Amino acid sequence: MTTLPQTLVHHATHAPDQTAVHLLFAKRPDQHITYRQLLAGAAGYARMFAQAGIPPGEVVILILDHSADLLYAFFGALLQRSIPAILPYLTEKLSPEHYSKSLAALFRVTRPAAVLTASEFVATVRQARGAAAAPQILLTPSPAAPVHTPELPNNFPPSDEIALLQHSSGTTGLQKGVALSHRAIFNQLESYSRALRLTPNDVIVSWLPLYHDMGLIAGFLLPILRRIPLVLMSPFDWVRAPYRLMQAVSQYRGTLSWLPNFAYNFCAQKIRPRHLQGVDLSTWRAVINCSEPMYAESHRMFLEKFAPYGLRPSALATCYAMAENVFAVTQGGIDSPPTQDVISLNAFTRHHRAIPARDGEASLTMLSAGRPLDNVQIRVLDEARNPLPERHIGEIALRSDCMLTGYFNRPDATAQAFHNGWYLTGDLGYLSGGEVYVTGRKKDVIIVGGKNVYPQDIEYLANEVPGVHPGRVVAFGVYDRRAGTEEVVLLAETNTTDPAERQRIADQIRQRVTQGTAVALRRVELVERGWLLKTSSGKIARNANRERWLQRT
Amino acid sequence: MTDPGILSQLAAYIARDILKQPDRSLHPDEPLISSGLVDSFHLVDLSLFIEDTFGVQIDDTELTADTFDTLAQLAAIIQERQ
Repeated sequence: MTTLPQTLVHHATHAPDQTAVHLLFAKRPDQHITYRQLLAGAAGYARMFAQAGIPPGEVVILILDHSADLLYAFFGALLQRSIPAILPYLTEKLSPEHYSKSLAALFRVTRPAAVLTASEFVATVRQARGAAAAPQILLTPSPAAPVHTPELPNNFPPSDEIALLQHSSGTTGLQKGVALSHRAIFNQLESYSRALRLTPNDVIVSWLPLYHDMGLIAGFLLPILRRIPLVLMSPFDWVRAPYRLMQAVSQYRGTLSWLPNFAYNFCAQKIRPRHLQGVDLSTWRAVINCSEPMYAESHRMFLEKFAPYGLRPSALATCYAMAENVFAVTQGGIDSPPTQDVISLNAFTRHHRAIPARDGEASLTMLSAGRPLDNVQIRVLDEARNPLPERHIGEIALRSDCMLTGYFNRPDATAQAFHNGWYLTGDLGYLSGGEVYVTGRKKDVIIVGGKNVYPQDIEYLANEVPGVHPGRVVAFGVYDRRAGTEEVVLLAETNTTDPAERQRIADQIRQRVTQGTAVALRRVELVERGWLLKTSSGKIARNANRERWLQRT
Repeated sequence: MTDPGILSQLAAYIARDILKQPDRSLHPDEPLISSGLVDSFHLVDLSLFIEDTFGVQIDDTELTADTFDTLAQLAAIIQERQ
C-alpha cells in the first residue's frame, strides 16, 4: 500500500470496527470514529467534490474547525485524487480583512480549484477571490449523509503523485506550499515508526493543529495510516485548559505525544492540582519535544510537576523535524534519555565550535535532537557549502527518500532550497557522536509557541499604523525563559513625543499585528527617529537592533 | 455598579503581567480579547489570577470573547459569583 486512499480503504476493510480517532470536545461527549465511519464520511465528501466539478489533481483548501468534517473532507479529497491543504481556522481575534489578503496571496501561487469552509467564513473567502486565480468553487460542510457503501476508486494514484500540501503560517509562508508525494509520506511513516519503536499497543494523544506538520503528520496521519488509535483535541480547547491533555492521556492510556517546547512550561505552570486528581500518566512512554528550540530546563519543570502523577523520567524525548522532510529528521530519547552536551560559551560564540566546557568555564547546555532517521543523511555545511567536521557549527543539510516533491508552483524556490541534491534547512547546528544538535537559525524567522512567524510580516503590519515612521520598524524574537519560547519584540520609530499619542500608536501596532498574524507582541516600544540601525544597503539591520535592544534592557 | 476595587486589581494585573507595560491604563469598556490585547496564551493566567485573588472560578469554556471581552464585563462576572 503506497498511497493514502488505498491504505484507508484497506483499514476500513480489514478493521472496520476499530476506532481510528477519538475526537474530544470541551462541551460535549467524545466522538469515536471507526475506520468504517471514516471511509463512509470521506466517501461522502469525495462525492460532494466530484459533483461540484473539482477535477482530480487540483488543490482543495480546507478551512474548518476541529470536527469530524475536517477529517472526512481531508480523506474525501484524497479519495477523489484532489490535493487537500488544511489552513488555519479563522479565530475571533484575526481580522477577516487581513485573513482574506493572505488567502489571496495563496490563491495567486497555489491556484486551488476549491475552498471548503464553514458558512460563517464564506464571506471572508469570497473577499479574497478578487484575484484572477481565485477558485470558482466555494463549498460548506454538508449535512448530507455519509456514503455507507462507498463506490471505491478503481484507479489509485501512482505513489509519486502529490498527495497533499502543507503551508506554514503568515503571508510569507502561505506563498510556499510544501508538496508531498504518497511515497514520501509512506517512507517517512515507515522510517519514523521504526525510530519510535511503534507497536499496535501505542495510543497517540494530540492537541496540535492539523495545518502544522507536527499535527498533520505525527498527530494525524501517522496514527490513522499505521492503525494506532488517535485521541485528538482542539488546540483552541487545550490552550484554555492544558489539563485536558493529562486527563486524556490518563483516560485513554496514551503512550505518545508531541509538544513544542513552550507547552512543557505551560503545562508545568498552569495546571491546578484539582484538575489532576486521579490522573495516571504512567502509560506515557514518550513525550516528544519538537518544532522549536528545546531546553533541558523545560523538561525538568515538566517532570517535577507530573512525576507525582506517574510520569516516567524516561518519557522525555526530543525530535528535529520539518515539513520539507514530511516531518521527522531525527529522533532522540526513545531507547535512552536525550544526551545533554555542556559546551564552552566562548568557543561557541567566538569560534562557532561546540567544544565540551572545562570545569568552571562559562557554558551552554545543549539538548540533543537524537540520531537521524534510518532513511535520512545529515551534513553540516560551512558558508561555502563544504561539509564541516563534527563539533563545528554550520548549516544543517539533509538528504532522504521522504523529501518534498517541491514547493507547489514555485520551481524557483525549490531550486534555491537544494545544493547538489542536499536540502538546505536554514537551521544552524552541529553533529557529535552521530547525534544532531540544533543551535539556531540562519534565516529570519521567529518561533513563538511552535509557530513560525516571519518578522517581515509583522513589520509590514506595523508600518501601516499612522504615526509610525515608514520603513523604520523592526521585529525580532527574544527567548523568554519562563515561557520556554521566544517572545516577539517590536521597535518602531516615531516623531511624536506626546505620551497619549505614543500610547495610541503602540496599541494600534499590537492590535494590527495580533489581528494579522494571530501572534501577540509581548513588547512594543516606540523609539526616537534615528534609533534603529541600518545596514550599508540602507535596510533595517534586524540582528544589530536586537543586540542593541538587549544591551539596553 | 461594578466594584472599583475589582476593576483596578484586574487592570493592574493585565498591564503588569500580560502587557508588560505597568503604566498602561485600561478603560473598563476597552475590548481585551477581540482586540488582541490579551492573547489566548494568557487566558489561563487570567483565570488563575482571578481564582487566587477573588476566590471565583472561571471555567475554561468561558474563556472567550462571548463570555467577557472587557474589564467591566469580567468584573461583573466576578462580583456575581462572589
